[in-house]
Amino acid sequence: MLNEGTGRRLRRRRPVPPPPGDPLGGGEALRVVAVTKWFGSVQALDQVSMAVNHGEVVALVGDNGAGKSTLVNVIAGVTAPDAGEFYVHGEQVAIRSTDDAATFGIRTVHQEQTLADNLDVVENLFLGRELCRGVGPLERVDFAAMRQRAQAMLSGLGITTIADIGSPVAQLSGGQRQTVAVGRATLENYPIVLLDEPTSGLGVAECQRVMELVLRLRAQGAATVIVSQNIDEIFEVADRIVVLHLGKVGAVFRRADTTPEEVVGAVMGMAS
Amino acid sequence: MSENAAPTVHADKVPLGEHARKSERRESRVAGWLSSALSRGTAMPAIASLVVIAVFFQSQSPYFLSPDNLTNLAVQASLVATIALGEVVVLLLAEIDLSLGSVSGATAAILGVLMASGNMPWFIAVPIMLACGAAMGAFQGWWIAWLGIPSFVVTLAGMLGFLGLQLWILGPQGTLSIFDPNIGALTGSTLPAEAGWIVAAIVAVAVVAAALVRGARGRLTMKSFGLPVVLAALVIAGVAVFNASRGVPTAFLFLLALLVLGWWVTQHTRPGRHLFAVGGNPEAARRAGVPVRRIRFAAFTISGTLAAVGGLLAASYNASAGTLTGGGTLLLEAIGAAVIGGTSLFGGRGSVWSALFGALIMGGVANGLDLTNAEQPVKYMVQGAIVLLAVSLDTILRRRQSRGRQIGGVHV
Repeated sequence: MLNEGTGRRLRRRRPVPPPPGDPLGGGEALRVVAVTKWFGSVQALDQVSMAVNHGEVVALVGDNGAGKSTLVNVIAGVTAPDAGEFYVHGEQVAIRSTDDAATFGIRTVHQEQTLADNLDVVENLFLGRELCRGVGPLERVDFAAMRQRAQAMLSGLGITTIADIGSPVAQLSGGQRQTVAVGRATLENYPIVLLDEPTSGLGVAECQRVMELVLRLRAQGAATVIVSQNIDEIFEVADRIVVLHLGKVGAVFRRADTTPEEVVGAVMGMAS
Repeated sequence: MSENAAPTVHADKVPLGEHARKSERRESRVAGWLSSALSRGTAMPAIASLVVIAVFFQSQSPYFLSPDNLTNLAVQASLVATIALGEVVVLLLAEIDLSLGSVSGATAAILGVLMASGNMPWFIAVPIMLACGAAMGAFQGWWIAWLGIPSFVVTLAGMLGFLGLQLWILGPQGTLSIFDPNIGALTGSTLPAEAGWIVAAIVAVAVVAAALVRGARGRLTMKSFGLPVVLAALVIAGVAVFNASRGVPTAFLFLLALLVLGWWVTQHTRPGRHLFAVGGNPEAARRAGVPVRRIRFAAFTISGTLAAVGGLLAASYNASAGTLTGGGTLLLEAIGAAVIGGTSLFGGRGSVWSALFGALIMGGVANGLDLTNAEQPVKYMVQGAIVLLAVSLDTILRRRQSRGRQIGGVHV
């Protein structure tokens, strides 16, 4: 993949599967089957199965401790599951590390532990995916290209709250930090994007930006999983809603066929 | 130090957003620039200390700033600076390596056996010795990176274990003489005056030309052009001083080459930037796909290799490998040098140049006290006080800087 700004090659260790040719075709992007995870004697995930199609947004909802973040972490390769199968584009894969997840085109925005405080905004945006130029021992990080891309990305998203992208992220507010974390998901066209509470700590306008971003991802044909506590937000962007309850899939709704009341009921464990 | 220096952070332990949120409201471009310039200039307190030391000891002994003494100082500081460079690489990860003294002693002993008893030529013995240092570092790195054992414990064990290896290799006689002239030349020789000038000219022209090339791309500012000019002037002045004595010491030139290589790797390569990322937030780095284990492993392998380079310098300087090589306060001086130079013990903040500045401060003080006929006990106490002062100064400066942001004022 070429960087439009500079024509330089994006460096990565292994190739990421390209996004589907027909962005709105809606083929299956990711399926997890019977994922189980124990933390000591606590079962965080119990035989959880779900799937996301290209061009679809699936919302993952549930009470605290329902297993939402654990499921995201398992798919992202952060947490190793005790059991379960993963299929990307219909093929079974093993996700053993964050590196594996990246190889399969999965990009995750975590809820916490996302930024290195000592690095600046640009380096954090490209952390682990740095743009490089030169070959062999002369290969070096292309700070200028990264800066250019970061600026283009931020202005493309309409983000004006970050004045100096060269300042260390430790100097940023919570909302600005979250913006940087979410911004990472948009640097390349990732086929599968996981967002774990992307709007937590954001202001009203920034929340709106993130929702627009999710809709844009869908329009581009990405398969998006969004974890959220905010029912309004979910009804704004999600095509399907998966309710987790005590580590199990409690219910699955199509947004068009349900009501916020029904979803809230399921979250509280009152579904059929 | 450089305009490419890592953006650094003072808020190692400060709750996030606390001061940032307040400062956001009063964001002022000038205050922001000053603050970031200050936080980037990790070498500033070290340079200021060097100036104070130079002025003080010159007032005590007119010989202190003489070309002869500065040349000796440069050679002596090279050993500590090399070990300190290895320590910087590890400190950037928020780890520590206590084994560097023992590794340099053990590898020096290996060199001694290969050359004195094995009659190996230097160009075979030295690579073997460096490989042994790398292997010792890699061995410790494996325990730290893959088993997750704290580096303090692993390298403490390494410090004892490799000291044992060193004594075992040296055997009962305890000292192996290394008479090879090539080894001796590393610390014993200096460049001829003309060669020194040629090196100075090449470096000065290259540094300024690089700045001009950048400038041609439209990024020439006083900030980006001032530093290269100062650097070029420093190089020329340095060579002038050395040439007024015996010439540029080979060991010092070797050290500078190591530092430039280290600067390039830490500031401009992916693994180098990952070093800072892991030091800043290992979990975030892991989640972003940084190979955290490989980075940790590599850092300890590099520090072990640099310890072996230190062992080579020590063997060259003493023309032997003995039971005391790499022992004494060498390790502590190296850690002290790295920290005095501005590398944080908490990781993610620092620069390879701190090894040079720190070693010059430690070496300068020891040298100055020697010139004023101070006793060894006094030397230790003064060095201890300087480590404490330097780190306190650093911490206070940074705290003040963050408070400055908080109230919207600028403290410089």
